[in-house]
Amino acid sequence: MSVHALLTDYTVQNVILGALMLGLVSGMLGSFAVLRKQSLLGDALSHAALPGICLGFLAAGARELGAIMLGALLAGALAALLVLLLTRYSRLKTDAALGIVLSTFFALGVVLLTHIQGTNNASQGGLDAFLFGQAAATLRGDLVIMAGVTLLSLILVTGLWKEFKLVCFDPGFARALGMPVLALEVTLTVMIALAVVVGLQIVGVVLMAAMVIAPAVAARQWCRRLETMVPLAALFGIVSGISGALVSTLGRGLATGPLIVISVSLLVVVSLLFAPRRGMLWELIQRSRQRRRLRHQQLLTTLYRLAERHGDHDFQSEQGLLDSYHRTRTRAALARLEKRGWVESRQQPPQNTTHWALTGTGRDEAARILASLNTGSD
Amino acid sequence: MLMALFNDPAVMIIAVGALVGIAATFVGTFLVLRGTSMLADAIGHSIVFGIVVVWLVAHQQSGPLQIIGAALTGILTVFLTELLVSSRRVKQDAAIGLVFPLLFSIGVLLLNLYAGNVHIDTHTVLLGEIGFVWLDTVDVGGYPVPQSLLSMAAMALINALFVGVFFKELKLATFDAALAKALGFAPGLLFYTLLLLTSATAVAAFDAVGAVLFVAFVIVIPSTAYLLTDRLALMLAIGVAVSLASSVIGYALAVMLDVSIGGMMAVVTGGFLLAAFLAGPRYGIVAQAASRRRQRRLNESRTLAVHLYNHEDEPNQGEENVARALREHLLWSGEHARNAIVRGLDQGHIVRDGELLRLTPQGREIAREILEPARR
Repeated sequence: MSVHALLTDYTVQNVILGALMLGLVSGMLGSFAVLRKQSLLGDALSHAALPGICLGFLAAGARELGAIMLGALLAGALAALLVLLLTRYSRLKTDAALGIVLSTFFALGVVLLTHIQGTNNASQGGLDAFLFGQAAATLRGDLVIMAGVTLLSLILVTGLWKEFKLVCFDPGFARALGMPVLALEVTLTVMIALAVVVGLQIVGVVLMAAMVIAPAVAARQWCRRLETMVPLAALFGIVSGISGALVSTLGRGLATGPLIVISVSLLVVVSLLFAPRRGMLWELIQRSRQRRRLRHQQLLTTLYRLAERHGDHDFQSEQGLLDSYHRTRTRAALARLEKRGWVESRQQPPQNTTHWALTGTGRDEAARILASLNTGSD
Repeated sequence: MLMALFNDPAVMIIAVGALVGIAATFVGTFLVLRGTSMLADAIGHSIVFGIVVVWLVAHQQSGPLQIIGAALTGILTVFLTELLVSSRRVKQDAAIGLVFPLLFSIGVLLLNLYAGNVHIDTHTVLLGEIGFVWLDTVDVGGYPVPQSLLSMAAMALINALFVGVFFKELKLATFDAALAKALGFAPGLLFYTLLLLTSATAVAAFDAVGAVLFVAFVIVIPSTAYLLTDRLALMLAIGVAVSLASSVIGYALAVMLDVSIGGMMAVVTGGFLLAAFLAGPRYGIVAQAASRRRQRRLNESRTLAVHLYNHEDEPNQGEENVARALREHLLWSGEHARNAIVRGLDQGHIVRDGELLRLTPQGREIAREILEPARR
């Protein structure tokens, strides 16, 4: 299939549009969840959507995404409420409350699912797709509903941007300013359920947690401001959503959810390793650079002090002496210093080992380092 | 007699369900108490990867090799999570949510690709097939014992032995990890062993209840017990009882309504949790509301007694120690004041003397208890 044919294909168009909206919403709303340390709430709410899906199906009598999404949203909101009640009014901790709500709601969903299958409704075949996602089954009508939810969450986030930001980073201050913090927190939680609802068709309930968490974690590595993190998370979500969904339409019988999760996980790994400043590779380079600088400073000051002790500016220290003094090989570091013109190597004819002496600029540099050490500033 | 039991699918299904619950309770109790319940969720999901890989590599779909091999995936999940957390770039909760979906996704994808070769499909992954456990039997001493029953019984036994042998150490490591470490009990090693057993239990239970429903058994049942008691040993015992009850009731309901048996068992554990949450003897909502009401009433009768005591035999007694004054001076509503007086009369703390309310010796004692605590 050529690229043109691919892009004009009805199914592929639907898949791309759906994945685009999914990535946008989950990346954007997931950012707030991750920053508020509520990542696993996404997991709980997505599993909890299953009974809502089944009830929506039962109420509508057919696979109507509108009813199913509404059911999922209500089930998610109820699940969030139950988590809150359990942690607030019992001695259970948040993690236990999340696990309880997640598993019992999912179990209820399984029971309802088998009930629907038992009634031999011909259109029930579509329901299984909500477990792992089936992007190829997305219909135009579904996209319209998804677009509505996407628009709603975009309006919410842009309209309440300042409030959400403050609630995420300093809820105490937000309360002191008289903001309705509880209402805002409830809104943020319900918005996680909204993200889940958009992802139902494409990623499915089981893996939606990753779409809430991963784009936000990846984006967080690249920037330090919420203003850049949220759009970047949305972008990562869109990229991984579209690429995963496209692959799933190419292969036969491939569930979309796992493919999207794998591509978004790749983005996370890349971000963790290579993001500037926060990336692990960056940290490695930074660390070895620092170690090198420290070694250079040590060598220069050693040579300087030896020269001072001997009352001879041009005192020549033997290579082996420097090695044993620093308990490591110093030749490479000295060669680098020589390149900078701070030390020079000499040969003393009867001996066949290298000797090192400070140059004039090297002496100045060593004096500067020692002076900065003594004053305690750089 | 025994033969009849093994040939009865209902008995076998209920037994497997109960054993899943019992085996899960022994490890889940400590996970819940340590506040690491969601690790069980992560492990439950990511063993799918291990199960598929073991099957593709060794073509083993049950038995010790599969259990150990797949259980290592559970440990891998925990290890990767801790690695992410120790890089200080990802918080604990986000790290869990990053690792298990990836492993789970790879597992499901492999299933999709090799669907023809693997005995499980994506449906079984999530839901299990407890209704069919009695089909796959092995011969033990002439009896057809279901494979699942055998592996679950083994896991329940191993977990029970582990908890039994290391009960003191587990208790200490759970409630005071720092002291356990200081005393040289290696709480880290103990915890990893616990997680390994959790993974192994999840693998053994996988055929019966699948990845997600296992979470209900490992978290919900111990949480229910936790709401009912303060004693660790009792918590384990209640967990076993809830497992048995959930299995029996879940099976009965599932057959009645013709729905998923494993799902119904998990729903019933949720029902038990809800009951414990609402009606638990000490921490339940109802019990707490009752104890708050008792406390409020006690405070009222004390306030009334102190008020009457303060103005007893004073010149303005006729104005202070009457029902009307309670409304004006204590700012009690009319009904509030009337109820407090009626209770006081009932309990013999006060008596009526025309308009006047007088303390009985008993009521005076209550007031003195508050006003002169040092006297006692």
